[in-house]
Amino acid sequence: MTVRNRLRAPFAALAVGAALSVLTGAATPAAAGKIFVTNERDHTMTVLDSESLKVTDTIKTGRRPRGVIASPDNKLIYVCASDDNRVEVYDAQTGKMIKTLPSGPDPELFILHPSGNPLYIANEDDALVTIVDTAKGSVVAEIPVGVEPEGMGVSPDGKTLVTTSETTNMAHFIDTDTKQIVENVLVDSRPRFAEFTPDGKFVWVSAEVGGTVSVIENGTHEVVKRIEFKIPGVTAEAIQPVGVRITKDGARAFIALGPSNRVAIVDTKTYEVKSYLLVGQRVWQLGFSPDEKKLYSTNGNSNDISVIDVESGKVTKSVTVGRSPWGVVAIP
Amino acid sequence: MSAIADVTARPQREVTAKGYLVCLTGIVWREGLRFLHQRGRFLSALVRPLVWLFIFAAGFRATLGVSIIPPYETYILYEVYIAPGLMAMIQLFNGLQSSLSMVYDREVGAMRILLVSPYPRWFLLVSKLTAGIAVSLLQVYAFLFVAYFWDVAPDSHWGYVTVLPALLLTGFMLGAMGLAMSSVFKQLENFASVMNFVIFPMFFASSALYPLWRVQQSSELLFAICRWNPFTHAVELIRFALYGQIEWTALAVVSGCSIVFLLAAVFAYDPSTGLTARRGGPDAAK
Repeated sequence: MTVRNRLRAPFAALAVGAALSVLTGAATPAAAGKIFVTNERDHTMTVLDSESLKVTDTIKTGRRPRGVIASPDNKLIYVCASDDNRVEVYDAQTGKMIKTLPSGPDPELFILHPSGNPLYIANEDDALVTIVDTAKGSVVAEIPVGVEPEGMGVSPDGKTLVTTSETTNMAHFIDTDTKQIVENVLVDSRPRFAEFTPDGKFVWVSAEVGGTVSVIENGTHEVVKRIEFKIPGVTAEAIQPVGVRITKDGARAFIALGPSNRVAIVDTKTYEVKSYLLVGQRVWQLGFSPDEKKLYSTNGNSNDISVIDVESGKVTKSVTVGRSPWGVVAIP
Repeated sequence: MSAIADVTARPQREVTAKGYLVCLTGIVWREGLRFLHQRGRFLSALVRPLVWLFIFAAGFRATLGVSIIPPYETYILYEVYIAPGLMAMIQLFNGLQSSLSMVYDREVGAMRILLVSPYPRWFLLVSKLTAGIAVSLLQVYAFLFVAYFWDVAPDSHWGYVTVLPALLLTGFMLGAMGLAMSSVFKQLENFASVMNFVIFPMFFASSALYPLWRVQQSSELLFAICRWNPFTHAVELIRFALYGQIEWTALAVVSGCSIVFLLAAVFAYDPSTGLTARRGGPDAAK
């Protein structure tokens, strides 16, 4: 059972629709892929089969693994080992660590250039963005930014990098060619995550303490909208936006709301919150399946991930992983 | 004398299968009409669980929090958790209210018409039970319809279908329990007051409002009582069926209790052996 805020069709019609969906669903089984989840307190990465949602492997990582991403060809998995001050690179198929990359101190979140190289890393303790050449395994540049940088977003054309600094409460727009900050945009308190829309025109920045998501226009650097959240029966303090994901068609955004244990679905045209989905405790980061039919949320305090059916906007299952799951990425 | 001779000479009407069907249809139809004409009863049957759903559950949705327990595969809101319990509550109320009508029938004398029919007593009771179940299904599905707009619905719409056999069985058990109990009471007033002593303890000492693991955390004794409560198993049978699953323990308990309660009702209403006979028959209340 789920919570949805839309008018329902008559019961009989829905029953028939459900019957049809069962029939059509049975005819097109999805190919199984892998889901990688970093467990911050276990120093491990859980691997799940995306079809059965069974844990197939638990990989020992460096200390305090947090950010996790896949290479564009889905052959490599990059993990921020925050307390070991390095980025670890794993073979996606075998789960073996191939190499480590220098990251600067305390890497938390990172993002690859759309071409797959370089890697942009937020160094929380040193107020830096470190740029690493993934092929050579060397640091290309370090860009000073605000205090406690965390969120990292890169535009689809790869020209603009946005990093959010948690204590300075800013989104820093960086030109990836010149490696210079071109604009600092003030957002609400403790910005955690930056996500570009697929057309690259806007970047969504979540503010954990502010409880909002700011939508910033990429060209003008103006905040065009501050999205607020209100969940019946949940205190405002518990609503702490963190992870943000936007569908490839740019129509819907999913926003993890931390200790409120909800994921908000937002219409990207009207900025209206369409519904709040109940997931595990302290939902932190989100990751789509490659076909974008599923969205996975890491629930840090309940040690599990929740699986959201993107089309229906329903939470279908929650699966236990390691302690304090933090980041998630799925590959085909 | 000649008139008496005529009556005794009249050939006895044969009790056919068609006759049984007519009898069953008649009783079910009468009960259905009575339910539909009593708008207050229909409304109260609908409003009662909705008050629990809209007000009680809304107040507790943030504080209680429900962990993942079968048949659920993810986190659920409190109103989703209590919905099966409310469905069973509807059937519990209906089962006892249907039996209440037996007491009423006995008081006004309508029962005599029923009891002088040529059909066996057990069949009359089962027909009465069937009527009660049919009415309870109307109430439960009306509740589910409204709950649907409150975003309380099973994962799949098939849940509305798979829950039907469970509802039939739980309706049977709770209805039979009511029948057995109704035989004990002479007057409406007695029965109405006893309803409170039956419904509330059964409802609260069950898994309807809170998962049993939570009850166990506070009291092992209460946990044991809840597990022995047939209503708990009725709720769990409905809960699992709503998600297309069978809870075998609940199925066994509900089936067993249904048989026991029905046998008790048949025994109690048997004119030669039952409690009604001991009290001097159906008119004893007068």
